[in-house]
Amino acid sequence: MSPATFLGMPPFPVAAREALANSQQRGNLRNATRTIRAKRAGVVGEVDDWEQLRRAGAAIKDEVLGNLDGYLEQLEASLTLAGATVHWARDAAEANRVVIDIARRHHVDEVVKVKSMVTGEIELNAALEAAGISAWETDLAELIVQLGDDLPSHILVPAIHRNRSEVREIFLREMGKNGIPADVDLTDDPADLAGAARRHLREKFLRAKMAVSGANFAVADTGTLVVVESEGNGRMCLTLPEVLVSVVGIEKIVPTWTDLEVFLQLLPRSSTGERMNPYTSTWSGVTPGDGPHEVHVVLLDNGRTSVLADEVGRQALRCIRCSACLNVCPVYERTGGRAYGSVYPGPIGAILTPMLRGIGTDEATDSLPYASSLCGACFEACPVLIDIPEVLVHLREKVVDAHRGRMPGTVATTMTGASWLLTNGHRLAALQMLAGVSRRIFWRRGRIGRMPPPLSRWTDARDAPAPPRESFRAWWARTDGGRGARRADDDGRDER
Amino acid sequence: MEPSVMKVAVFVTCLNDTMFPGTGTAVVRLLRRLGVDVEFPAAQTCCGQMHVNTGYVAEAVPIVRTFVEAFAGYDAVVAPSGSCAASVRHQHRLVARRSGDPRLAREVATISPRVYELSEFLIDVLGVVDVGAYFPHRVTLHPTCHSRRMLGVGDKPEQLLRAVRGLTLVDLPEAHECCGFGGTFALKNPDVSVAMGSDKARHVRETGAEVLVAGDNSCLMHIGGLLTRERAGIRAMHLAEVLASTEPGA
Repeated sequence: MSPATFLGMPPFPVAAREALANSQQRGNLRNATRTIRAKRAGVVGEVDDWEQLRRAGAAIKDEVLGNLDGYLEQLEASLTLAGATVHWARDAAEANRVVIDIARRHHVDEVVKVKSMVTGEIELNAALEAAGISAWETDLAELIVQLGDDLPSHILVPAIHRNRSEVREIFLREMGKNGIPADVDLTDDPADLAGAARRHLREKFLRAKMAVSGANFAVADTGTLVVVESEGNGRMCLTLPEVLVSVVGIEKIVPTWTDLEVFLQLLPRSSTGERMNPYTSTWSGVTPGDGPHEVHVVLLDNGRTSVLADEVGRQALRCIRCSACLNVCPVYERTGGRAYGSVYPGPIGAILTPMLRGIGTDEATDSLPYASSLCGACFEACPVLIDIPEVLVHLREKVVDAHRGRMPGTVATTMTGASWLLTNGHRLAALQMLAGVSRRIFWRRGRIGRMPPPLSRWTDARDAPAPPRESFRAWWARTDGGRGARRADDDGRDER
Repeated sequence: MEPSVMKVAVFVTCLNDTMFPGTGTAVVRLLRRLGVDVEFPAAQTCCGQMHVNTGYVAEAVPIVRTFVEAFAGYDAVVAPSGSCAASVRHQHRLVARRSGDPRLAREVATISPRVYELSEFLIDVLGVVDVGAYFPHRVTLHPTCHSRRMLGVGDKPEQLLRAVRGLTLVDLPEAHECCGFGGTFALKNPDVSVAMGSDKARHVRETGAEVLVAGDNSCLMHIGGLLTRERAGIRAMHLAEVLASTEPGA
């Protein structure tokens, strides 16, 4: 089966409209995000120095990003010393080529995978499939997505849009086609579903000769990679197969082992709402007689250096993929992740995806910085203090600037006109007078109902207020700021 | 500085000036009652937030220039909008940077910190919580995102409302969730905006309040527009108008 792809997704407003109509998904997301928000709030609230931890996390990441060249060379040297082979990949194609070459050299036709965002970003599964190599996802939610020929909709819980009865149907229908089938009397009890996944996956763990992972952190001074997980599937993949290939974004570095202290507090509390995650695996190269015989690390750029070059946008590279911003985002809660057309959904995706792909190339990517009401809930929750609203606004500026010189559309024309009007009090006063006159002619009931496009974008579901008889500035001029009011009703009490 | 000798201007905001003049006049009546002789510099227009937040930062430069010229020389500028005050305090320096004009940057640096949202001005500058208002109604408060998260007004609007005689304040469920207005977001993503707004409107109805109060008429225009479309019989009203209300004859 060829994996589903985000390629060719429509712009956010179109995808969102479709997603909003999916009542099952709306309910699933409402329940799931509400639960995880409450859990996170509980475990974050009990840490006295949470704000200091956030600042420390941001500072450590900024130190790495500010000196990335040196840290990357240090990481390469320490990894090599520990017996790992380091590969450098400029883009997705180069990274995928490295993984496929290693697989071919070992004559394997399947790999088991640890949940990893970066291999989703480079669409490794599709590349492996095209090379005749099956990639088995072993994280429960990733397995649900893969078996359902679906797209992930959340960073931490990629199948968050599915409920347990949907999962049961997918398992019953698909497991048999890909390995050990689910029992015919499978129920939608979570423990029963997990049992089916365990039996299905165990066969693959025990058979696989090669595993592919990402890494949550790469420690520069010890050459250690770290994977943080909940299910133990990662531990299986990282220890059982003979060959291990880890694809790691170059921003994943922390300088020293001690720095993990900060992130191993920030990450689980922000992501799963746990004090500590159940499994933390760390490995430094090859240890004879223990774990994989051959360890490869693919250090991937794929747009990260261009994000780094953006003074405002580079803070996005601090991201530790916890998904706290998704869980608190009122837009995400309603649209789900697939509307963002990227493996990185929600607020962080709305800034990271356009920066990694480049702005001004396609409409769908350019729509992402606008997929936010700028309410700021994401910034409030972010464990590494990424000011997502600031970056969103910055990227909107870049989108507009990228389109300058082309034929101006409705929005651009309106904005230019509004700028002219709003640069001068007299011009604004003239507009207000026209609005006041229009009220006398058209709007007698104080509120405006349905209007034709493009005003229908507001009035389809909402009334609009009718313009008042008199603007504030006209009232001020007429009554000398209320000081010259002759009648009681002339002190400007509203007619609303 | 003593409030009585401060030179205070109202930045009424373009939306209130054009669509909700009653909010502006309420600010004037309220501040005069508290002994502040507020002025309205007629050269003022807009904070430029709509342009900045839609990406038209170059077009916001002349608007910000107009702003700093209009309010030069005032000790304090009071805005009945958390969102516009936040835009002035947080975004004007970005616009000035884009302009490449160091003089504009200096003027912005002088004026921006003197701009206050109404509840901040009342409590932090005037030191007043009980403004002597009377409003005998059942009220619920929507704490607006920009006033809370960008300005950090905390529970100031709530403190002011609790001191109003006759007023019953009822808690709004999921109060801290965005209403979905979001400026041009309401037009660029109307479906998501309405989905968020209808949840907000439902929570407002659940309170049984007669009046929905907020410190931003932009949010109120959105939530209120949903409420009147569904004939909910709940009025949307700016905080300034509630605080300006007094007993008949008072």
